[in-house]
Amino acid sequence: MTTATVNGTRERESLGEFLLRAPAVGPALALIVAIVFFSLATDTFFDLDNLSTVVQQSLVVGTLALGQTLIILIAGIDLSNAASMVVATLIMAKLAAAGTNGFVALLAGIALTVLVGLFIGTLVTRIKLPAFIITLGTFTGLTAVAKLIAGGQAVPVTDGLLQWLGTKRYLFGGIPITYGMTLALIMYLIVWYSLTKTAWGKHVYAVGNAPESARLSGIKVNRTVISVYLVAGFCFGIAAWQALGRTPNADPNQFQLGNLDSITAVVLGGTSLFGGRGSVLGTLFGALVVAVLRSGLTQMGVDGNYQDLATGALLIAAVVVDRIARRQQQS
Amino acid sequence: MRQRSLSALALAAVVGTVLGTAGCTVERHWGGNTTPAGSGKARVGLVTKTDTNPYFVELRNAAGAAAKANGADFHALAGQFDGDNDGQVRAIENLMQQGVNTILITPSSSTGVLKAIKDARDAGVLVIALDTATEPADAVDATFATDNFAAGQQQGAYVKASLGGVDPKLLMVDGTAGSSVDTQRHGGFLKGIGLTDSSPEIKGHTNAGGDQSQAQQGMENLLQRSTDLNAVYSMNEPMGRGAYAALKARGLTGQIVMGSIDGGCEGVQNVKDGLYAATVMQFPKKMAEQGVLAAVEYAKTGKKPTGFVNTGSTVITDKPMPGVPSQNTTWGLQNCWGGAK
Repeated sequence: MTTATVNGTRERESLGEFLLRAPAVGPALALIVAIVFFSLATDTFFDLDNLSTVVQQSLVVGTLALGQTLIILIAGIDLSNAASMVVATLIMAKLAAAGTNGFVALLAGIALTVLVGLFIGTLVTRIKLPAFIITLGTFTGLTAVAKLIAGGQAVPVTDGLLQWLGTKRYLFGGIPITYGMTLALIMYLIVWYSLTKTAWGKHVYAVGNAPESARLSGIKVNRTVISVYLVAGFCFGIAAWQALGRTPNADPNQFQLGNLDSITAVVLGGTSLFGGRGSVLGTLFGALVVAVLRSGLTQMGVDGNYQDLATGALLIAAVVVDRIARRQQQS
Repeated sequence: MRQRSLSALALAAVVGTVLGTAGCTVERHWGGNTTPAGSGKARVGLVTKTDTNPYFVELRNAAGAAAKANGADFHALAGQFDGDNDGQVRAIENLMQQGVNTILITPSSSTGVLKAIKDARDAGVLVIALDTATEPADAVDATFATDNFAAGQQQGAYVKASLGGVDPKLLMVDGTAGSSVDTQRHGGFLKGIGLTDSSPEIKGHTNAGGDQSQAQQGMENLLQRSTDLNAVYSMNEPMGRGAYAALKARGLTGQIVMGSIDGGCEGVQNVKDGLYAATVMQFPKKMAEQGVLAAVEYAKTGKKPTGFVNTGSTVITDKPMPGVPSQNTTWGLQNCWGGAK
């Protein structure tokens, strides 16, 4: 590194700076490369129905990752998001099975994930313990709650509204689009707009970059942090709705690795685990890359363990790129 | 200052909770309380993989009922999650401490708890594996379980008979790669349908770890490759439901014979509703009852059971095939495990 020519260094710096300015470019390129590769490598991958399927496969993790992005932007982390989501699916399913109106059941599930967000946000700001520890505890507790609610039994869902995101679809330019895809896109757009165009978004980035400076410049840090956990909690509630649209069966054993899958999508999307840098657009691409890899490799007949290996390698590569970019920013 | 005292309070609460929890499982010297065999009273400990899976709930309830009916003491413990070897070792140690003379265990891994089992046997405790065999099998005194290879073979034979002489075009939805149950059911199925792993009739396979949503995704991806199929193997019922969702979305359910294994009440209902053609039922209740009876016998006479005792498996279907013995779903719903009957 240090022996590189002046020219080479300058080029690397400019690349690093470019990536810092536009963190979604890397994951977008990775997504395009993956799609082109699988389209050439198989006869079956490039097909509008299949592309729609791949997007549907990434919806739950993608919606979890949307909330996770906000939390990681303030240098936090949420290990309990998928567990909270699973509890919400069970609440929705159980209430619906007991004859409760689907809309009420849906609201009850979302209320739960928002309350969990409030709980975590309050602890993080009041007790000043690392989010990692607090959400680890929440994760363990919520996993138990899910199993207690279910009593070991998956709960089938027949309510129309609860399945609506998966069952209703329309054609857009020949591509089958479900309401779940539409809703996810709208949520990504709203969060993207809030982060880039509003004062709240600037506060989120400032708190993630340097909380003390943010406080000194008059930003209410605690309020921002709690608002992030609340918005993220809402996303996790929507993820629960997405999950029931995909699989109309609330099962406490599903999405056991959903928390890690969401972090994978965020990191692949170029958001820094140290906070303050990243974008939801990158997360969208990050979530899609994972689903594209799985689908494409399966169609090539590649064993599941090698698929995990490929995802892991890509993840490490993404972190290395983030690190290099940061170092060049500092020098 | 206020922040700091709050933090201290929180830390104290956390430490207190951790110590309080650990207090129940703190390491003790054990083995001294073990009641000698042949002295009369059976004291039975059951260790399941988890305590929330309906299969293990059935096992625990049946063992508890059998113990009560036979005047035996009964303690049930479990790991926290599938694969929690450490939790099972702690459970065995706790049961030894409580002085049981028989341990019935569904080992989380076939090798992970062997040392604790050996210690228990050395202390004179009868150890019977339920549901899942250990490796080597003689690490325990006896195994009461479903012959998973035979269960897979029954599914394979059924699917083959359903195809009525047409060559199979098969997709396989496997469980956790490398687990013994997965390997046995997979191998049994292929034998039953008359194929091997290298047969060109197998059009693809996916590992879904027993998870419904993963099975759905894997199946969707496989179906993208080809829909020229007529048979699907699913290693258990949740994965069968996932595979069905993918097949239904493609409108392929009519041309495909799918089988599954387990015999949970939801699975039998799935067969009745036509999601898949057949499931192979296993009998956790039998395993538990026979295990408790063996414990009672051991406490009375000191006689230990040995070897592998197959508790059987039965094809459940409403479309019986000649040459494949089966029961219908009405019988299935009366004999299934888990859920409302």
